[in-house]
Amino acid sequence: MSMLLAAHNDPHKGDEMHLNRRQFFKVASAGLTGSSLVAMGFSPTAALAETRQFKLARTTETRNTCPYCSVACGVILYSLGDNAKNAKSRIIHIEGDPDNPVNRGSLCPKGAGLLDMVYSPKRLKHPEVREPGSKEWKRISWDEAFTRIARHLKDDRDANFQATNSKGEIVNRWLSTGLLASSATNNEGGYLTHKVFRNLGILNVDTQARI
Amino acid sequence: MALDITRRSATTTPSPQARDSVEVAKLIDTTRCIGCKACQVACMEWNDIRDEVGSVNGTYNNPTDLTSSSWTVMRFFEKEDPNDRFNFEWLIRKDGCMHCADPGCLKACPSPGAIVQYSNGIVDFNQENCIGCGYCVTGCPFNVPRISKSDSKAYKCTLCSDRVAVGLEPACVKTCPTGAIMFGTKEQMTAQAETRVTELQGRGHGKAGAYDPAGVGGTHVMYVLKDASQPVLMGLPNDPQISPTVSLWKGVAKPVAMAGMALAAIGGLFHYVMKGPNEVSKEVEAEVEKELEAEK
Repeated sequence: MSMLLAAHNDPHKGDEMHLNRRQFFKVASAGLTGSSLVAMGFSPTAALAETRQFKLARTTETRNTCPYCSVACGVILYSLGDNAKNAKSRIIHIEGDPDNPVNRGSLCPKGAGLLDMVYSPKRLKHPEVREPGSKEWKRISWDEAFTRIARHLKDDRDANFQATNSKGEIVNRWLSTGLLASSATNNEGGYLTHKVFRNLGILNVDTQARI
Repeated sequence: MALDITRRSATTTPSPQARDSVEVAKLIDTTRCIGCKACQVACMEWNDIRDEVGSVNGTYNNPTDLTSSSWTVMRFFEKEDPNDRFNFEWLIRKDGCMHCADPGCLKACPSPGAIVQYSNGIVDFNQENCIGCGYCVTGCPFNVPRISKSDSKAYKCTLCSDRVAVGLEPACVKTCPTGAIMFGTKEQMTAQAETRVTELQGRGHGKAGAYDPAGVGGTHVMYVLKDASQPVLMGLPNDPQISPTVSLWKGVAKPVAMAGMALAAIGGLFHYVMKGPNEVSKEVEAEVEKELEAEK
């Protein structure tokens, strides 16, 4: 830097760099003094207690359940801001919930990487339907999805529900429809899923949550 | 938990020493590790680093080495017995910074304050002050620091100094599903290691032991090894030492050089005071100018 400045002050600007004897000594002694001061401990930079500040200090914490597998580990979502009206929140970090008796704060590699699932461009965020014979997935509203599913369930149950078997024994079963339930539920959610669909007579229920 | 900096690279002014704070340590029990790599993921997530997606090289090592964005990696070792093909062992070790009590990286670092050691034992790199010379890589007995290709600065595990400073455990420790990584005071972790070693020896692993090498003053990341007589089986040096070049250069050569510099400065001053500046007499000057004109 000093060399460059010296060159800049030189009247022969634009030529190759000229340093006269005096300038050379100035530059050399300034350089030596600077590096000696640093070497002797007079460093201009301040020492920080931690080189990186704790990033969760005032984030909002939200409890949730890891959606990956049947273990259903508890997680805490840390989001920016305090939910104030004019602030947009955004999840910036996810880690295990130490108060959850299932995992007590630990997470497997999939759970530990949940943040990247939240922001994955491939993540499904709304209901879609692929009509029979079609190759395309079409986005539909939640209302439409619920209505269509309810209609299909009712029609199929009305057509195929068996109250008794061939021997006349009461079986109350509905075998033509199965359910793949969400694994992102806790124990209570799993219990309700089980209750609703077993009551309808469905026997083919599966989920990673092993209801 | 305010932390003092007890050591600072390339700095001769003494650091604060009066306050006593608790030394912390991480204990990695390799006998309980299943190699799931949750620690790798949690580390990247917490520290906001994402490594490039690599390729599989035929082993479970992925990434195959520490990088400036992978501060911890699982290393897998296959131990074969030439005489007994059923005597096969698959060893797994979480690799990363050992946070030596006597850190070779800090000793080798020429940039003031780029490497610091806190009073709790954590050795941390301050990239703000890093000049990217790579001396820490040479100075490290465990080959841990890596220079980033994007900013040419050195990076490594911080033992989550930002978490530990507010009373939390490091991210890898929290996530570990088998409890193979533990965190506490150095004293607690040493005791924990002893308990586990006794347990393993009782189960027929006579060579089980703790790895807390004295050659670097002990470490703040310790291991429980199934065969502590040969740490090298899991890629750990049997007796790590700071390279003699670093010790010589920073231990003996540096003060000598400093004394030389001081002598030169004082000598210059004396010369100036006693002899004065070297001035050219007017006669000589006139003579030279005549010569120059004659040349033209």
